[in-house]
Amino acid sequence: MDPVVQVKDLETTFFLKSGPFRAVNRISYSINQGETLGIVGESGCGKSVTSFSLMQLIERPGKITNGQALLQGQDLFKLNKTEMEEVRGGKMAMIFQEPMTALNPVLTIGYQMNEQIEKHMKYNKKDARDRAIEMLQLVGIPAAAERYATYPHQLSGGMRQRAMIAMALSCNPTFLIADEPTTALDVTIQAQILELFQSLQEKLKMSVQFITHDLGVISEVSDKVLVMYAGAMCETGPTQTVLNSPHHPYTAALIASRPHMGQRIERLKTIEGSVPAPHELPPGCPFSNRCPRVKQECWINKPPVVTYPDNQSVACFNPIP
Amino acid sequence: MITFILRRLLQTLLVIIILSYVCFGLMNLMPGDPVELMISANPKITTEDVVRLREFYGLDQPTYKRYFNWVSDIASGDLGYSRTYRIPVTDMIGPALRATFILSITSLVFSLIIAIPLGIATALRPNSKLDYIVNLLNFAGLSLPSFWLGIVLIIIFAVNLGWLPAGGYQTTGLNYSSWWAELTDKSKYLILPMVSLSIQSIGRFSRFARSSMMEAMRNDFIRTARAKGMSNQVVIWRHGFRNALIPLATIIAISVSSIFSGALITETLFAYPGVGRLIYSSIMGNDFNVAMVSFVLSVSMVLILNLVADLLYGLIDPRISFK
Repeated sequence: MDPVVQVKDLETTFFLKSGPFRAVNRISYSINQGETLGIVGESGCGKSVTSFSLMQLIERPGKITNGQALLQGQDLFKLNKTEMEEVRGGKMAMIFQEPMTALNPVLTIGYQMNEQIEKHMKYNKKDARDRAIEMLQLVGIPAAAERYATYPHQLSGGMRQRAMIAMALSCNPTFLIADEPTTALDVTIQAQILELFQSLQEKLKMSVQFITHDLGVISEVSDKVLVMYAGAMCETGPTQTVLNSPHHPYTAALIASRPHMGQRIERLKTIEGSVPAPHELPPGCPFSNRCPRVKQECWINKPPVVTYPDNQSVACFNPIP
Repeated sequence: MITFILRRLLQTLLVIIILSYVCFGLMNLMPGDPVELMISANPKITTEDVVRLREFYGLDQPTYKRYFNWVSDIASGDLGYSRTYRIPVTDMIGPALRATFILSITSLVFSLIIAIPLGIATALRPNSKLDYIVNLLNFAGLSLPSFWLGIVLIIIFAVNLGWLPAGGYQTTGLNYSSWWAELTDKSKYLILPMVSLSIQSIGRFSRFARSSMMEAMRNDFIRTARAKGMSNQVVIWRHGFRNALIPLATIIAISVSSIFSGALITETLFAYPGVGRLIYSSIMGNDFNVAMVSFVLSVSMVLILNLVADLLYGLIDPRISFK
């Protein structure tokens, strides 16, 4: 069976006054039906830009400069504006990080859900309302019919994120992008939302692209993982394999810097140095200036992608065995 | 909600009382009172007559007492007589108030119709050529004094081109055959004062529309709306502009009073028979009763419009509740 989502050589560039900045550098991945791909990386590594590129919500001066994004075989980058509007919110939906600001404060929850349902499902007002209330119930919002008529500020953060999820799922998307959906929430609410998320995915058989910087969340929700650094892919593969036996020094360092339950240590491990500024990227591997296993050629050439058994791939000259 | 309105009405009333007292006091400081004018008009008047007249009109009493008398007269519906025109103030103020209201409202609507699309267009394409041109014109509009602009407009459109009348309210001695004839004739007279009154507000509104629209379009929910597949038009108007309206409403409410005070100069310049010109001519002619009443009425109009704007917020922004 063909994967639902296939991204090939995606490249997104921001044309800044100081020169072009490649935020996403030749990223490729695929997601099967019902599968979740977790994308991890620190802030600014291009996780969100990757998602926005697929949605074609990249704003000037950003531009998709190369690549393909196939959704059920259809190349999204070849669609015109109106065709893309049909896909967005319909077949492909997105959940955002900040439930506090991602909803329009002057329109009711119901109104904001309805406009989407009316557009993509071609429902009339009444049917759209029924659908919206059904979705609100599905995501576990109590007294859904009343919540339907409330404004975002009248709901708590967790409830707002539930409403966002209900909205995103309202038109039966085949592909859902979740951009750090739990980052802005309390830990207990975070757990609830993740649980809800997983049960909904099982029920609706969606393909999900889950973006986070939290490895704990990744190990919980995703089947596959893609580790990004400075716009480029470091390592990808089945989540458990990658987390248990990382081959890329960056993945290993990322895992090592996680705090552990019940272990009190003086200082958390950190990765030495910092992410190079966009215009100071070395010609070779972007991680070379911080890498403990750096070799001469790392500075000069782009690392090749090495594939291991069990579908694990690493872009590195000197991978951890 | 009701208590909010009542409390605001009470505040408004208090402000009117204080302002009218201040104004009453200021009028008293003006050189000359009605009796002095009578003396200059009639050289045969005797000193006893003057004393008697002052007593008769109550001018010998202290200011606060006279203010109190005036307020109780107003409250009982007696606005007094115009000394200059020798008709009741009530008969003068009605048409003048209506004329000013028409001028201010049309000017407000006109400037909003021009300014808001300009503001939105420039907000969507900041730093574009259009943005620079509109910004330049906005500053020009903001810095042109309306009396100067009025004169220029009269010279161009009334004197040189002869398209529009230079001043007045309607063609004198004309009997209107239909309401349409009346409307076209009166709007011909309205155009020049309306335009010269609007230029400043167009500059101000369009700059504010631009900044509040830019602010609104930067919000996360704009991205959400796009991610939902909403068309550009829906995103701009339903999601963007609807939110930009909140700060914009404040500026519009504040500007109503400046349009009102601008009307004072414009009306005088175009000989437009509104409250502004009435205040001006009555002060120049020591027409005390007329000046006070028109002053208090225009103050009340501004305050009431502000109250209306406050109530409108509740409609625009559901996060505001009246307590």
